[in-house]
Amino acid sequence: MELRGLRSRQAWWLVLPTAAVLAAVAGWPLSRTIFFSLTDARLSSLATRQFVGLSNYLGDSGVLRDPEWWASVGNTLLFAGSSVLLETLLGLGIALLLNHPSRLRTALRAAVLVPWAIPTVVSAKMWTWMLHDQFGIINTALVASGLVSEPLAWTADPELSFVTIVLVDVWKTTPFMALLTLAALQMVPRDCYEAAEVDGVPPWRVFTHVTLPLILPALLVAMVFRGLDALRVFDVIYVMTSNSRATRSMSVYVREQLIDFQKIGHGSAAATLLFATIAVVTLAWLLATRSRMRETR
Amino acid sequence: MRRHASRSGIWATGLRRGASLLVVFVSLFPLAYAIATSFKQGSDLFGAQFWPSRAVTGNYVSLFRDQPFGTNLLNSTLVAGVVVALSLGLSLLSAWALGRVDFRGRQTLLLTILGVSMFPHVAVLSGLFELVSAFGLYDSLAAMMLSDLLFTLPFTVWVLTTFMRDLPKEIEEAALMDGAGIFTLIFRVFLPMLWPALVATGLLAFIGAWNEFLFALTFTLSSNERTVPVAIALISGASSYELPWGNIMAASVIVTLPLIALVLAFQRYIVSGLTAGAVKG
Repeated sequence: MELRGLRSRQAWWLVLPTAAVLAAVAGWPLSRTIFFSLTDARLSSLATRQFVGLSNYLGDSGVLRDPEWWASVGNTLLFAGSSVLLETLLGLGIALLLNHPSRLRTALRAAVLVPWAIPTVVSAKMWTWMLHDQFGIINTALVASGLVSEPLAWTADPELSFVTIVLVDVWKTTPFMALLTLAALQMVPRDCYEAAEVDGVPPWRVFTHVTLPLILPALLVAMVFRGLDALRVFDVIYVMTSNSRATRSMSVYVREQLIDFQKIGHGSAAATLLFATIAVVTLAWLLATRSRMRETR
Repeated sequence: MRRHASRSGIWATGLRRGASLLVVFVSLFPLAYAIATSFKQGSDLFGAQFWPSRAVTGNYVSLFRDQPFGTNLLNSTLVAGVVVALSLGLSLLSAWALGRVDFRGRQTLLLTILGVSMFPHVAVLSGLFELVSAFGLYDSLAAMMLSDLLFTLPFTVWVLTTFMRDLPKEIEEAALMDGAGIFTLIFRVFLPMLWPALVATGLLAFIGAWNEFLFALTFTLSSNERTVPVAIALISGASSYELPWGNIMAASVIVTLPLIALVLAFQRYIVSGLTAGAVKG
């Protein structure tokens, strides 16, 4: 009993530095953001501010009455939904290829890691250059092959830029999904496949009735991780289309308000709303997995 | 029947091979094109051909001569290095506690740490800005070293905890029986057993800090304090139609090749680190 108490105390002391750092870089700044959202603080004069209640949220020029904010909410949700869906499907396909013994497997795995290793800013620049409306190699190829009659403005055309952003994100992040899915595939016991083969079950049915149900839990976890990550998307949009309305995400909106417009109060209100959105999704997921864990126990 | 099966087998193999080659091509083409572009100058940049008609190194030279790109590289290395060292040091201590001691509040702490790793970075931006300014760290590397811990530390703690939990109990008991203190246990006994996990998490944290953009963009002002992603994003010409694409691609190649070398060299560790972070949790 004495010894257990000592161990617990030691554990607390060892966790303390981590807890202190996280309180300093996460807890405290978050509480300040929420506090600022109730004031009219500006970037140039953070100290001279006045308490304005909820008017940054509900007021006439508040976040919730700003159509630009709602456009960014729509963009973010659509971005998260479509990119995660595409990444999951493509990732699953690549994982199945990687899980199948072949001579190409090593090369494939190495190649797939390349987009993932490239910094987002760099991949955004690479694609911006390849998709350049006048000199981009993709437009050159498309025009030469006769698929389009004139070059497309991939990043400037509001109707096209959103699709472009999603595709660039899919290119960069699919490897992550593929590797996680592959790890799940490798945990499927071999007996399951052998039994199915003995019974003469066709491959497609093996996939839908054996493989998919077994990897689904891991796949869902990966999707949630990716989804939460996609909800805070910033880099790729900022670099490729900066503040264009057609692609502006919630994070881009927040930074534009905070830094470009110097409206710390208004921007912090938007940041708080983004945080709340992500917190709600995270909590819902944690509760769901906890109740599931209790069921299986 | 059998013949039919083998014929469909050939089809399946061909399909798989075709799909694999397509994936390899799509994965590698942008980088290959960036490399090709980085050796082009003048009108060559705007031609339709893939390879430069005459390979020149001028884009690379001017990066280091006309811009503080060498300094930017050093900045990125310093920031990422310090962030990784701090994250691993702190998380080794807490991973022992969180992974191996059943103290009250442990579950809450673990969930909080997982929650922090989901934080949208802009949600702490104004608070961190105030903090960084208050300590006089604005426009300095220390600002990034501090703020990057927001996302590296939860990750390293979480992954190392899962690895620490799986180490055999007998070793710990034997060490404690021999009168080893807690720090001896963590750094002399467990640390050598955790090398693969440390390499994996350290590398992933390094990549995260190396690629970090939002904080680096917001907390720096002078080009000498910029990290590489910000420097690349802000390379500009007289107008958007005169962006120096040769320079941008040269810079992109320089920051990407070391990362790719690292990732390929430590492939196995990385996959284990990624899956420990997501699947095991």
